[in-house]
Amino acid sequence: MNDSRALSNSSGGQTQAPTANATGQQHPIGLYLKIWGWLFVLSVLSYMVELFDVQGTARWTLVIGFMLLKAGLIVSVFMHVVWERLSLVYAILVPPSVILVFVFLMVLEGEYVAWTRIVFFGEGS
Amino acid sequence: MAEHQVTRDETAAAATTGLRGVAADWASDQRTFKDVSWGKAMMWIFLVSDTFIFGIFLLSYMTARISTTEPWPDTGEIFALTFFGQEIPMILIAIMTFVLISSSGTMAMAVNYGYRRDRAKTALLLLITALFGAAFVGMQAFEWAKLIEDGVRPWGNPFGAAQFGSSFFMITGFHGAHVSIGVLFLLIIARKVWRGDFDHGRPGFFTSKKGKYETVEILGLYWHFVDLVWVFIFAFFYLL
Repeated sequence: MNDSRALSNSSGGQTQAPTANATGQQHPIGLYLKIWGWLFVLSVLSYMVELFDVQGTARWTLVIGFMLLKAGLIVSVFMHVVWERLSLVYAILVPPSVILVFVFLMVLEGEYVAWTRIVFFGEGS
Repeated sequence: MAEHQVTRDETAAAATTGLRGVAADWASDQRTFKDVSWGKAMMWIFLVSDTFIFGIFLLSYMTARISTTEPWPDTGEIFALTFFGQEIPMILIAIMTFVLISSSGTMAMAVNYGYRRDRAKTALLLLITALFGAAFVGMQAFEWAKLIEDGVRPWGNPFGAAQFGSSFFMITGFHGAHVSIGVLFLLIIARKVWRGDFDHGRPGFFTSKKGKYETVEILGLYWHFVDLVWVFIFAFFYLL
């Protein structure tokens, strides 16, 4: 019972006073066990993708979906980010998201390098 | 509003929430992270910088994999193990994933019992976490030995694109080093908890600041981060 209250607190945490205080992050232990269970389930599911040899777009969607869910649970509950003040949350989450721009650039660059390798070092030349 | 920004009373500024609170915190001309201690803020800054290191590792792996014209090795086959005459794909990596997630669970509980000032349970859970971490590193050493035996080298391998070896040793090696250092710190902090340093506020040998149970939470942030990085490596390097 306590756990669900803690979770719903966290989702609306932006409008309420933060739970974290001078005595530190204190949350019911059942909440951690629940998240632990979910991490196990998600890991089993992503291993199932390999075991049943799902391929193509379905594989990418499933693997990245499970990965993001796991990462979200770890960062928000285990690392207590949902209970932190927004100024810290933004300082943590915004800078790494810039890596996504870099990913986009390197996809373009990588495709181009692959193309030049095929054209200039390929069997045709 | 303007009064809040210049006041020395941080609790008044900390009462503002939402986007307005973000602006007030950053513009307060005081410490920005209101209810976070310096130790915790510094650990977060370190973790953000470490995120960049691992992010760029995975990015360079992606670039190498996109740009190579040779086929990428099938990780499912390479990391398969044979049990009772049956080949199970990726089983060792799956076990490593479960071990690391379990260690994250015990770490979270150690932090919780720390704040309840339960010395014995905190120390025990930290030791279990360290044990899981050591098991993980052990399995990784086994995996490295197996791949090296199979002829995988940073400059080439018998399965396909040469960049597979360099990406593998670089990414898993760096992650393994993080886990190893984490195990070392877990043991050090477990000893401090067991000795009662955080109950009596015994000064640290390096910082000479009073010991407090928040140290366990800060160590926990590092350990969860190591688990977090593995989530990404497991998905991008092994499964995709």
